[in-house]
Amino acid sequence: MTYEEILKDLVDKDERFMILTAENRAAIRNLPDKIGDRFIDTGITEQTMVGVAAGLALRGRIPVAHALASFLTMRAFEFIRTDVGIGNLPVKLVGGFSGFLSEANGPTHQAIEDVSIMRGIPNVNVFCPADEEDMLIGLRKVMESPEPFYIRYNNLKPSYKHSEKFEIGKAEVVSEGKDVTIIVYGVLFGQAIEAKEILEKKGLSVGLINLRTVKPVDEEAILNAAVNSKLLVTLEDHFITGGLYSITAELFLRNKIMCDVLPIALKDSWFKPALLQDVLEYEGFTGKKIADRILAN
Amino acid sequence: MNSEKLTELKDTAFKVREHIIRMSGNGGCFIGASLSCADLIVYLYKEFLNVNINNLKDPDRDYLFLSKGHDVPALYGTFAEIGFIEKERLKNHLKTNDFIYWHPNRNIPGIEFHSGSLGHLLSVATGVAIDCKLRKQNNKIVVILGDGELDEGSVWEAALVAGAKKLDNIIAVVDRNHFQANIETEKLIPLNPISDKFEAFGWKTKSCDGHNFDDLEKAFSEFPIETGKPNLVIAETRRGKGLPSIEARADRWFANFTNDEVEMLLKELHGGKITELTSETIVAR
Repeated sequence: MTYEEILKDLVDKDERFMILTAENRAAIRNLPDKIGDRFIDTGITEQTMVGVAAGLALRGRIPVAHALASFLTMRAFEFIRTDVGIGNLPVKLVGGFSGFLSEANGPTHQAIEDVSIMRGIPNVNVFCPADEEDMLIGLRKVMESPEPFYIRYNNLKPSYKHSEKFEIGKAEVVSEGKDVTIIVYGVLFGQAIEAKEILEKKGLSVGLINLRTVKPVDEEAILNAAVNSKLLVTLEDHFITGGLYSITAELFLRNKIMCDVLPIALKDSWFKPALLQDVLEYEGFTGKKIADRILAN
Repeated sequence: MNSEKLTELKDTAFKVREHIIRMSGNGGCFIGASLSCADLIVYLYKEFLNVNINNLKDPDRDYLFLSKGHDVPALYGTFAEIGFIEKERLKNHLKTNDFIYWHPNRNIPGIEFHSGSLGHLLSVATGVAIDCKLRKQNNKIVVILGDGELDEGSVWEAALVAGAKKLDNIIAVVDRNHFQANIETEKLIPLNPISDKFEAFGWKTKSCDGHNFDDLEKAFSEFPIETGKPNLVIAETRRGKGLPSIEARADRWFANFTNDEVEMLLKELHGGKITELTSETIVAR
């Protein structure tokens, strides 16, 4: 089933589901005709869409609200924090074109602090699937959860056969490694797979963890990697502040763990706007460049 | 309105004002805005809304969303008078053993949603109104907005959406007391003509005297004003209504009065002499 088909199925079988958008239909173009008045387009009004979603949730609905990740999480931030977060309402916020997926749009559209600000809201969980297949595997459980979720929508074609076993707060441990473990969420998973292959050809033992949900995060998987690997790499298309590197640092401090961590993230600036492959090359996030950065560490 | 009903409403509103004045000591409250909407809130709960202690969870009930939030003492006082909460509980105002603080929250029976950040609840009410329409229910969804709150862009975004979605089950009420926190609305960011603005967004509007129960009854007699259009009632009010010593004064917005001042204000409400207030207004915005 596709993303749209799963949403349609949820709407058909469960009267609680409503599909909303702030006039961003990229992921749900075919739904209006199929689900009728269970589809609501509020126009280019991210704040109002989130408020409307909260109102629907007060009436017992589970609204699935779509907008571009940058405008959803930042323009409407206070509505998410105040109405969805404080209210602890089961609103599902789907951010499109997050991270590197904004490609050539430029910094206005770059949601590379979204994970940081969404995870900072009490009650709000964060799901960052590795690719389309990974997203679809986890989608139903995330949608049916009684809690609010921010979802980094990801329709990249998979380069890896993911485990069908999905649990909120459980990572997909692709491999364990003695020399290095790459911890990753979202679109860079495919590059991490390539980096792993390159490093293994050089004789290294490489672990790879696809976090799936960044909040709640699989603390056990990260702590195990810290104990069993000489080096940890946190890999994310996100500012270095507030994302996975910060999550890892918080976790290690809390558990009194000292270990070598190499953060591969965006430092203090926005990324070069270009098509995805060119962004990855330019910013040093291809599998090859990730492997080089690990070897140079 | 018959005189018996009128007397009862006036009597309740008077008691609500007494509660509000008591909440203006020992930490204080936003007394000015609470007094301006007291008559309106009493009228809505006693005469207009299909909501009572027995149907607070019923999906067919009417909804009231207090979007401006800081006038919640009027709501606490009304709830104490109509039996949603015990009167004794008002003594817990600002205490850690309860949830009766400066802005509304859902731990208080009858409060539909929290507010405090201005410009939120018209959009939340829009979601509720959409759902009521989808389920073919005839609930009325009332949203009380402050006039100063109309500065917030999100109010107009939601007004645009509610108009576009033809939500004639929404009744927004502007508590038009002509003041925002520190200054008269028309001196800072003029709002007039409010009616024309909303009508241009696809709404139908009415005006009334927000302190006159006959006038409120006339204004709230029939909804929707026009099928397919959201409704706006501009209730003309005075900030601090009932207490000449603070009425329509820019410097009496949030107050934390001494116990003596509270007692003098209660006497003033009862027709005693005008209180000389020395406590400073606290400006939190």
